[in-house]
Amino acid sequence: MGKEYAVIVVGGGHAGCEAALAAARLGCKTLLITMNLDTIAQMSCNPAIGGPAAKSHLVREIDALGGQMAKVIDQTYLNIRMLNLSRGPAVHALRAQADKVKYRAVMTKTLESELNLSVRQGVVTKILVDDGVVYGVQLKTGTKTTSDTVILATGTFLRGEVVIGPVRYPGGRQGEPSAEELSQSLIGSGLKLSRFQTATPPRVHADSVDYEKLTCQRGSDTPLRFSFDTPLVAREQIPCWYTRTTPDTIKVIRENIHLSPIQTGAIQTKGPRYCPSIDRKVLRFPDKTDHQIFLEPEGEYTKELYCLGLTTSMPEEIQLKILRSIPGLEQAEIMRTGYAVEYDYILPDQVYPTLESKLIQGLFTAGQINGTSGYEEAAAQGLIAGINAAHKVKGNPSLILSRSQAYIGVLIDDLVTKGTEEPYRMMTSRAEYRLILRQDNADLRLREIGYKVGLIDEARYQKLVTKKQAIQDTLQWLQQVQVSPTAEVRDYLIQLGSGDLKKAVTLHEILQRPEVQFRDLCFFASLPELDPEVIEQVEIECKFKGYIERQLKQIEQFNKLEGIAIPEDIDYHQIQGLRTEARERLTAIKPASLGQAARISGVSPADINVLLVVLKGDRQHVSA
Amino acid sequence: MFNDTIAAIATAMGEAGIGIIRLSGGEAISIADQVFRAKNRKKLANQGGFTVRYGKIVDSEENVIDEALAVIMRGPHSYTGENVVELQCHGGVVVMRKILDLVLSLGARLAEPGEFTKRAFLNGRLDLSQAEAVIDIIRSKTDRSLDLAVQQLEGSLSRRIQSIRESLYDLVVQVNAVIDFPEDDIPEIDSENMLAVLTTAIDEITKLIDTADNGKVLREGIKTVITGKPNVGKSSLLNRLLDENRALVTDIPGTTRDTIEEVLNINGIPFRLVDTAGIRHSADRIEQLGVERAMEFINEADLILHVLDISRELEEEDKQLLAQLAGRKRLLVINKTDLPRQWDGQAYLIEKGYIDQSVPAVEISLTGDSLDPLLEQIVGLVMEGLVQIERENAIITRSRHKQALVEAKADLQQAMETFNQELPLDLISIGLHGALEHLGEITGETVRENIIDRIFAQFCIGK
Repeated sequence: MGKEYAVIVVGGGHAGCEAALAAARLGCKTLLITMNLDTIAQMSCNPAIGGPAAKSHLVREIDALGGQMAKVIDQTYLNIRMLNLSRGPAVHALRAQADKVKYRAVMTKTLESELNLSVRQGVVTKILVDDGVVYGVQLKTGTKTTSDTVILATGTFLRGEVVIGPVRYPGGRQGEPSAEELSQSLIGSGLKLSRFQTATPPRVHADSVDYEKLTCQRGSDTPLRFSFDTPLVAREQIPCWYTRTTPDTIKVIRENIHLSPIQTGAIQTKGPRYCPSIDRKVLRFPDKTDHQIFLEPEGEYTKELYCLGLTTSMPEEIQLKILRSIPGLEQAEIMRTGYAVEYDYILPDQVYPTLESKLIQGLFTAGQINGTSGYEEAAAQGLIAGINAAHKVKGNPSLILSRSQAYIGVLIDDLVTKGTEEPYRMMTSRAEYRLILRQDNADLRLREIGYKVGLIDEARYQKLVTKKQAIQDTLQWLQQVQVSPTAEVRDYLIQLGSGDLKKAVTLHEILQRPEVQFRDLCFFASLPELDPEVIEQVEIECKFKGYIERQLKQIEQFNKLEGIAIPEDIDYHQIQGLRTEARERLTAIKPASLGQAARISGVSPADINVLLVVLKGDRQHVSA
Repeated sequence: MFNDTIAAIATAMGEAGIGIIRLSGGEAISIADQVFRAKNRKKLANQGGFTVRYGKIVDSEENVIDEALAVIMRGPHSYTGENVVELQCHGGVVVMRKILDLVLSLGARLAEPGEFTKRAFLNGRLDLSQAEAVIDIIRSKTDRSLDLAVQQLEGSLSRRIQSIRESLYDLVVQVNAVIDFPEDDIPEIDSENMLAVLTTAIDEITKLIDTADNGKVLREGIKTVITGKPNVGKSSLLNRLLDENRALVTDIPGTTRDTIEEVLNINGIPFRLVDTAGIRHSADRIEQLGVERAMEFINEADLILHVLDISRELEEEDKQLLAQLAGRKRLLVINKTDLPRQWDGQAYLIEKGYIDQSVPAVEISLTGDSLDPLLEQIVGLVMEGLVQIERENAIITRSRHKQALVEAKADLQQAMETFNQELPLDLISIGLHGALEHLGEITGETVRENIIDRIFAQFCIGK
């Protein structure tokens, strides 16, 4: 019997949107069900996309693979900046302040315009499972809708509870109901759930702020954009504002710290370490009195200002006291109170690297339900879940990105191999090969994969091919052109602040000098007309050649173990020589490759050697 | 991990008259060619499989290290199925280690336990039914070496590496915090401090590597002295230790001719055994001098085996020695338990106040009993760190550790170079990261998680 849909996506947040778009674009009849059509792609926390700690990398990777996030933020940002410029190309970070109203609107329209995609309001209370295989969902109205696959992207809504001071009530977000029944259905299907917590600061009215006392932070003058397909044009931008807490702020918090839910015991679940509440910061770093506060506009059509740095779930009146102790906010009026939310997530070691459940065939999970935090992390998983659900329906091979290919690969591998003790956020420190996983080369790394998957069209793919060729040609040309140490050349180099030249070298070698930029080479030869992005790649490839080659070599080593697949039906309990702990961990995680197995805690190098022998033995056995 | 060339000493250390260094892998022959000079002046690369050549092993400056036979087996007709070269030398442990270090420096990687056998299996040279045997080899050898590694970690090596790592962590954590949280209040990197940390770390690692190059442990072993009044069984103990542990009498540079020193190998740990009886004999014309020399050796010893005779009443000399040795790392060997006892062993000595409870003792009849309980005690003392190796605080005994240190050093030097060229911070962090990973290989820790934990512990981060 045919199902009504190939893919049902539950949840319209950043994970759900990418999942639904990817599945629909891959030709699957897709249904997205959300509790509220007006809050699709809502930015529940700060109104920003991208940023350091590899968030901008994730957005670019999503774009390279054919996702939507980059395109929407490019159309809806209030201001955009490139951070970390002096730290090295691998850690440049693009961040945009989003107009969250517009972001929602553009994303909603994108979903509604997509062929193959239906968007419907409803509350899912049950997943329908038969003999370990999912076949649809049931709504609160009793309606059952069938599908080949289901993607859960429930964010903070599963048994969500809002906490403000002593008050606690059900809610997925402030002012929105929680999804109470679905958790029970998941538990009933054998899934193990646990709880995390996250929190958000108060929002104040823009007109209640004294801008004289704030520092203005403007966007970049040079045009910037996330998507490789967005034309590079400068836009008028709306600035952010910046202030700091005072000793008074700290005093207010100290005096009322007994009312903080982290002190009263009202909140016991783990929250993200990188987004501590202001109360926690004061507790942990008592000597620091001036914490940074950024005031971020939430959109063109709203006066709300997001108070970044002031995350708290203290009682409402204390929040106001805290705000008013800060320069520029003495008269601040709160529009929305800061709050914490606790919610269910599934322990991510129950999920394959494809994001399909190990327990329930056809069930995929993406975003906060997998224990992560952050819009970009969610969107990245949504995209992968959407692709893999579609591929499953169509009988195509799954897409699993490796740690050496993408931050998305690092993210998912970390989750499914090691689990997480707190809401997981991406950081560049998590990646082994960050010089290769740059945000500037996400297209070079991943577009071809996006093309093969079917989310990148022919025109965009050809653009990539042309860009790759231009980079290669230019690098080759630089290797061929010789420069002799004539008096003029030596003068010129000294004038550039570079060292003297003693013998003839290639242009490539000249460009390797830190002081020399590509455009400076016009002195030696007439330069080809090149796209700035090609020049950027040529400069990076040339200047950091030694470092890049070294990481590529490490990747080659790394890939050897990654390339050895472990059959799904392997029985670790039948393998002599594995330690008991290793057996149990391997059985639980079900690693797809020997490389992944090696990253599981509790599996030793000796266990990996045993597995290597067994896998080889199997192959011999089969071929015999 | 599959096609690279591996090398190891194929004969147990100090146990055989000849030693074999085995190389296997694509580069086995070309690496061997760089250290082996055949008498017929032909390159090994030009020899067929199953040939044996006589010649010399030389270092990079063509200094002769040893005479050797080179046995060439070409894949797939070799034990491992790959190109294999075996260098058979006469050398003792020191020479063997030197040659091994030499081939490792030329690009071979130190073989993991059981790796030759594993490769043989993976290359189809062994039957499927042998897979289990291979697994056993991997298992048993690795577990044993793992145990030893852990033991070693409890010692001073880990303390020295720990302090290097801590200073590097401080740096890496700060660099990564600055990189991942550019908008938080992370203090800027202090260049002078970075330079100082890098310089110190490189120096420290170099010192550790040097201890490995000197092969101090293997050359000197744990200096062990057998002492006791005449006729308590010192010679029996010496002879049995030597007989049963297949001790190898080696040329030990720097040892004096008038003492009897033997190197023996107990569970892989080298001991240098000094028989004070020998001193007496060699210096018997001036008895007093001999006694002084004996005391000198006792004072320098890492471990003292004090032999007592339970079949005779304790004499003044026994008591004097017991008193003199108070506070020293010693094991009382209470001998002649096959004869009627005149006193009640360790308990009696404690009761009389000759020793305190912490002094270990073993009762034995050296003419009949197994030595195992005694050996166990000796090894236990070393493992617990009660007996430490003289002078040097930390000594690298494992080639694996040495390799990790060499790579850590290279990474730090790269970081230093990057720093000097004023390249971006992220590039410096690559070298720092690498060095920590390599040091982590020795101590077995997960660097990445630690860095992240430390960032959050040290800096007030977050929005």
